[in-house]
Amino acid sequence: MTWSNDEIAKLVEPDRVHRKAYVDPDIFDLEMERIFETLWVYIGHESQVKNPGDYYLAQVGRQPMIMTRDANGEIHVLYNRCPHRGAKLCTAHSGNARRGLRCSYHAWMFHLDGKLNNMPAMQGYDGTNFDINDPQFHMKKPPRVDNYRGFWFASLAEEGQSLEDHLAGSKLAFDQLVDRAPGKEIEVVGDCFRMVQQSNWKIFLENQLDSSHPGVTHESTGHAALTVESDIKKHGEEPPMAYGFLSDFKRIGFDGWTKFGTVGYPNGHATLEGYMGLRPTDPDTNEYVKRMYEAYGEEKAEEILAVDLHHVLVYPCLSIQPPLQQLRTIRPLGPNKTMTEIWHFRLKGANEAIYQRALGYYYLVNSPSTMVNADDLFNWWKCQQGLESDGGDWVSLHRDYGRDYQEDGVWHSAPDSMSELPLRHMMQAWKTYMTANGKGA
Amino acid sequence: MGEAALKLVESDRFALTEVSVETQLAVERFLFRQAEILDEAEWDDWLALFTEDGHYWMPAREDQEDGEGVPNIFWENLDIMRMRIRRNTHPHAHSQSPHNRLCHVVSNVIVEKVEANGDVIVRSRFHCAEYFRYQVRNFTGKYRHYLKKTPDGYKIALQRVDLVNREGPYDYVMQWWV
Repeated sequence: MTWSNDEIAKLVEPDRVHRKAYVDPDIFDLEMERIFETLWVYIGHESQVKNPGDYYLAQVGRQPMIMTRDANGEIHVLYNRCPHRGAKLCTAHSGNARRGLRCSYHAWMFHLDGKLNNMPAMQGYDGTNFDINDPQFHMKKPPRVDNYRGFWFASLAEEGQSLEDHLAGSKLAFDQLVDRAPGKEIEVVGDCFRMVQQSNWKIFLENQLDSSHPGVTHESTGHAALTVESDIKKHGEEPPMAYGFLSDFKRIGFDGWTKFGTVGYPNGHATLEGYMGLRPTDPDTNEYVKRMYEAYGEEKAEEILAVDLHHVLVYPCLSIQPPLQQLRTIRPLGPNKTMTEIWHFRLKGANEAIYQRALGYYYLVNSPSTMVNADDLFNWWKCQQGLESDGGDWVSLHRDYGRDYQEDGVWHSAPDSMSELPLRHMMQAWKTYMTANGKGA
Repeated sequence: MGEAALKLVESDRFALTEVSVETQLAVERFLFRQAEILDEAEWDDWLALFTEDGHYWMPAREDQEDGEGVPNIFWENLDIMRMRIRRNTHPHAHSQSPHNRLCHVVSNVIVEKVEANGDVIVRSRFHCAEYFRYQVRNFTGKYRHYLKKTPDGYKIALQRVDLVNREGPYDYVMQWWV
């Protein structure tokens, strides 16, 4: 069906959302047009293309993109499409093309900034309308490309908020990712994990900041990890700190999550305060803090380390966990199918043990054999199944509605609550974007 | 690098070693029994397959030589395996309801190397069908086992599993070992 703005607006009430927002294919197409192909969408980190000639594939809405680094060290974002007959240029997720990108169909060769370089038997174009300098024969560039602290984004809208204005309060996530490195730089660790969720992209974002789910969804894992930890202690040994990331689900239980507040920033971004502040006083952490003091001075280092975050959602495409150097980006594939790229970063200048600890989290929580996200993905699949049915029209977001409060344009969850504030907040932003006819905020 | 990982790196992964029929059969029996243990969910027997410091390893990349310190799809010692068994058999392990069922076929068993002490490096191929969420998923790839010879028979010091589609994308891989 064709959706008018009035009809779209009716899908989102202050405390509930109509199921069509999650399952309707036409709504999904409009989301791609008005959200993912309008707002700033994450491409990748500069360290993914470390050397001249390196390239990495990305996706903006339905558009296949490629990030490259040219011989001068400049980073470019281009549509991954040959302007000759329309073939995708690169198919490997990543690689190096120092001598340029070559189409496998007729060997059109492109510079790493997307300009056409040459092709075999070019005399065939003599006397035609073809002109090697005409941009229509170059790889197309998205209208706007920018980066914040080495994290690259593209927007397919000609006009709109600058990247920094769009990121607003969520800039904190990138500042924290980079500032926590004593060497003041970070780099990706290997390739990402790619996992497909059999559910709508909004269900993933909502889950990240839904603090009333972990004690229930992850109870089995918390219980198992706690038991293994205590078995290890019985033998007089100390369990690896990374196991604590799982046993916390049992230790914190269900109600314990009321201690962790949530915040809603302009443009749909939101955060969950951390229960993994990672400021224990073991020798590894102390060594790391010492390096931070040396790099920044005590006052500034303390300021950086005092920021206690678990998740930052950068609307509409990122879930970032800065204290653990993890970043997940979503690439929606359909109303009921969502690809995630899951990245881990290394803090330059940090001691190896800090990397190992975060790697433990990357493995136990975010890898394809995860004992945590497996149950999340299962719940999301079940939600999608239920939402596709006629068993009811609405999704309830009533928890603590009316008790959240606003300060300086930023929303805060009610104290001692597991408020569904972030979910309501994101859906209000969704409504704004979806009824702005591709004009963004 | 761990001792077992180093053994795999040092061994020629295309080598064929002439072994007695008894050794070939003993190694094959071990691999077939491991597959059966997974299919029949005999978890105490699973744990008994490994040495005290043994690892089950599924690398994220083909060129990885060690599971330590790098991202992996699986990198599990006995503690994490015990955790996985406890978690998957917990009544609230939601994604395990309905319980998945596995069926393995292991084949192409080639003994690569036999050490003087009787330890063996063996490679094979597997196919595993998993009934999960009312559908069948397929996993296939290569096994490479470093088996220690002990008075209780072979024990796994390191099992390397290279999934043919290791880069994904997939819905998460199995919650059990493949």
